[in-house]
Amino acid sequence: MKATSRSTDNGVEIIKLDGKITIGAGDQQLREVISSAMNSGKTKLLLDMSGVTTIDSSGIGELVGSYTTVTNRGGKLKLLHLPAKLNELLHVTQLITVFEVYENEADALASF
Amino acid sequence: MERDAERIEITISSRFENIELVQVIAEHLCENAGLDEDGSHWIGMAVREAVANAIKHGNKLDVRKKVNATFDLDAGNLAIRISDEGEGFDPAKVSDPLNPQNLMKTSGRGIFYMKTFMDAVSYTFEPGRGTALVMTKNLSNGSGIASGSKA
Repeated sequence: MKATSRSTDNGVEIIKLDGKITIGAGDQQLREVISSAMNSGKTKLLLDMSGVTTIDSSGIGELVGSYTTVTNRGGKLKLLHLPAKLNELLHVTQLITVFEVYENEADALASF
Repeated sequence: MERDAERIEITISSRFENIELVQVIAEHLCENAGLDEDGSHWIGMAVREAVANAIKHGNKLDVRKKVNATFDLDAGNLAIRISDEGEGFDPAKVSDPLNPQNLMKTSGRGIFYMKTFMDAVSYTFEPGRGTALVMTKNLSNGSGIASGSKA
């Protein structure tokens, strides 16, 4: 998995994830990316998921863990551009009720 | 023309990077049997979850221990058997990920996804003799997450 970050004027860190978030690979990387952002003072995180090609239950679990970590530290983590299959995985596990999900970047940024 | 019954078998060592090998076999077998891309993907994901469990929870990441996957396709019925060489595993101890108190747990969704994507999932296990998981899917029953969802 590759992660590319950029900061916006209103202090939102947009982190674009590309590739696989699966057991033993991208799941650990995602944890490190979130931890690194939080440790550098970023508290408003928007994960752009459009480039995620594969995700499994470990990757889903890591998303949940990231959400909890950020929220417990007073931050916000939201999702942008969910691929259809990831969207379905979040729906069947009812996690779609947990995450704020946006299809439009401007709308997502305005929500923080 | 109706296809003859087909069996494919692969044995891998317990490394996460081998999971995709088994997943790809599952997806290709389904696509060759006429299932659409989405349906093949969901079955491949069920296989991914099963193999990951066998490596992580069954064989405890011991690369000397093997995971065996057998695919039997006969008249549109697919049976997948994934076995490990671990200590045995009791699926009854796995909690329901849809229970509100489990919703924010970071693990415990693999079996749920398997049950969602497949028609039936069953386990046999004996302490010290590993776990064997059998999943079945009638490929003519339609494809995709909605047709198989137990949610």
